Amino acid sequence: MLLTMETQIQMDGLKEKMLKFYALYRKNINANDTPEIKEIRDKAIENFAHIGFPTQKLEEWRNTNVTEVLSLDYNYYFAPVKSDSSHDVFQCNIPYFRTQLIALLNGWYAPGQKRIYTNEDGVIMGSFGEALKQFPEISGKYFSKYASIEKNGFVALNTAFAADGIYIFVPDNTEVRIPIQMINVIRHDREIFMQTRNLFVVGKNSKVIIVQCEDSYNNEAGFANSVTEFIIGENASVEHYKMQNLNNRTSLINSSFFTLQANSRLITHSITLNGGLIRNDINVLLEGQGCEVEVNGLYLVDKNQHIDNQIYIDHASPNCTSRETFKGILDDYARAVFNGHVMVRKDAQHTNAYQSNRNILLTDKSSVNTKPFLEIYADDVKCSHGATIGQLDADALFYLRSRGIGEDNARLLLMYAFAAEVVNRISIEPLRVRIDDMVKKRLRGELSVCDQCVLHCSTQEKPVFDIDISKI
Amino acid sequence: MLKIKNLHVNIHGKEILKGISLEVKPGEVHAIMGPNGTGKSTLASVIAGREVFEITKGEILYKGKDLTQMPAEIRAREGIFLSFQYPVEIPGVSMTNFMRTAVNEHRKYKGMEPLSGAEFLELMEEKKKLVEIQSDLTNRSVNEGFSGGEKKKNEIFQMAMLDPTLAILDETDSGLDIDALRIVANGVNKLRTRNNAFIMITHYQRLLDYVVPDFVHVLFNGKIVKSGGKELALELEEKGYEWIRPEEV
Repeated sequence: MLLTMETQIQMDGLKEKMLKFYALYRKNINANDTPEIKEIRDKAIENFAHIGFPTQKLEEWRNTNVTEVLSLDYNYYFAPVKSDSSHDVFQCNIPYFRTQLIALLNGWYAPGQKRIYTNEDGVIMGSFGEALKQFPEISGKYFSKYASIEKNGFVALNTAFAADGIYIFVPDNTEVRIPIQMINVIRHDREIFMQTRNLFVVGKNSKVIIVQCEDSYNNEAGFANSVTEFIIGENASVEHYKMQNLNNRTSLINSSFFTLQANSRLITHSITLNGGLIRNDINVLLEGQGCEVEVNGLYLVDKNQHIDNQIYIDHASPNCTSRETFKGILDDYARAVFNGHVMVRKDAQHTNAYQSNRNILLTDKSSVNTKPFLEIYADDVKCSHGATIGQLDADALFYLRSRGIGEDNARLLLMYAFAAEVVNRISIEPLRVRIDDMVKKRLRGELSVCDQCVLHCSTQEKPVFDIDISKI
Repeated sequence: MLKIKNLHVNIHGKEILKGISLEVKPGEVHAIMGPNGTGKSTLASVIAGREVFEITKGEILYKGKDLTQMPAEIRAREGIFLSFQYPVEIPGVSMTNFMRTAVNEHRKYKGMEPLSGAEFLELMEEKKKLVEIQSDLTNRSVNEGFSGGEKKKNEIFQMAMLDPTLAILDETDSGLDIDALRIVANGVNKLRTRNNAFIMITHYQRLLDYVVPDFVHVLFNGKIVKSGGKELALELEEKGYEWIRPEEV
């Protein structure tokens, strides 16, 4: 699509505005920075000045156009925004699922929580901004170590401005018994541009489950440019769930950088239920030998929604396994993009990589651009990939109907069965049941961006079909 | 129960059924035989409500109602069951939930309360026993990875669960070894009552040794060219379909 002159100017406008902001507020932004971080920020803004926001001329952005959403006149804040929100918004009611809750409001560490604290397992958690202040040696060691500011304008911009977000530090040899649930709620009465920065460090031999929810509670347009750095130590084990349920006017660019040290394990899920434009930029660096990583995703989009999953897995060491399973169902005019890039470096022998992206288009106006891509420089590896785009199976539909199951329910059953492959990979049962419910509601068109976030609904929904879906 | 009058059916503009008439009464078992490609499966699909077929002429009445105006799911709830020649694999949908959805849709249609989980499991156990199905079929995804014989037994199990008034078995016997054939046939015999009826489509006499039909029809080139009692099947077995051809008008 060609950029119109006008939107290009407006996007340049936002770029110029951000550069001007940086020059004006540099002192505030740098207030708690070590000299190293200051240097990183200056470098980042310099890069951003040079590359700016991505356009469709770039191969990785060919099918995702951010020009239009960036041309809105957003408000940008250098301090937490006042909100009428009370803390009960963040109360979590997943039946039988106990979590340690940590919340962001409009991209800032939410009020009413301890700024930073050590929990009973010895995990340090709290505000990223506070961590920069209190533990400059840790944040200084990892901040922007893996998030590339060279090529990606969004990451560069985030790095220059990063002020708040969530910080989690799991010491060595620690099993975190209760999953940590972080919620980022967008609730503001004006159009807002947010830049969240999260840093998660998991020590050697440690184990943690992190659930990351992105929700909007309003109907205003918003833009979230979020960067998460995730460092996983030797022989550590991480389960990570990303739930996205944003309003149709909100855009989210979610860049995650996972670095795995030797013999560590990571399972990360991206469940996208709603949102205007969502891009998950998932980067996994297998830095040490013998790592196992599973990257799963499910997207259910309709109307004019746009979902883009970019997965880059860098097999930099031998004997690692990676598996990617992404599935999507698209209705109306929705668009999906999948770019799975597996890089197997020269020394990464005995790599095992599997990649799959399957899609169902419910209308002929919806579209998918999928590109599984293997780049292999080692010679003793096992790699496979596949992508499909199709419709619901007409034979299966007739088979179900011939047993008396109504067409609507038959379609739902088939869509649900398609999605179940991903949902069933969620190992925590209460969470799986909850996500099951959300998926069912979503497929039935009953999920609205309401005053209940993805994981908050404590109300018993009516059964979608008269079956117990959790046993499928 | 079922009255088919002068039925003509097209698919993609090609005429497959060329004037079929057939009447099935409660308590009867009809066998429809004939060589490949004569329209046997088409007839079964048309009765079950597959939409790809176009009825150009004639009528199908079921319990006095015009069947052609009913969507497939309503026909099923009205008591029509088709045992598929090639049962469809549906990964991700478990047999249990598939059947529970189906049974409860039938009950809802009849104004009955849905079965609870426990009641449903009880019903399933009972029917499994009736048709001699091992429990491992029901905990798997619908037909996924089932052997040919398992798929056919599964069709009979579903038939038992849904308790149809008119069951059409489309070559349920083909590809079965003798044990599976016996299980399928026993299932049918146990389910036979004075109030229901069966149409069995088959190539071979073999099944008819176990399930004795009241009528045998020979379908040839889209028409029923010969009807008779069970002896007709024996005669066909002996002389082959070639024997029937001279009588074709």
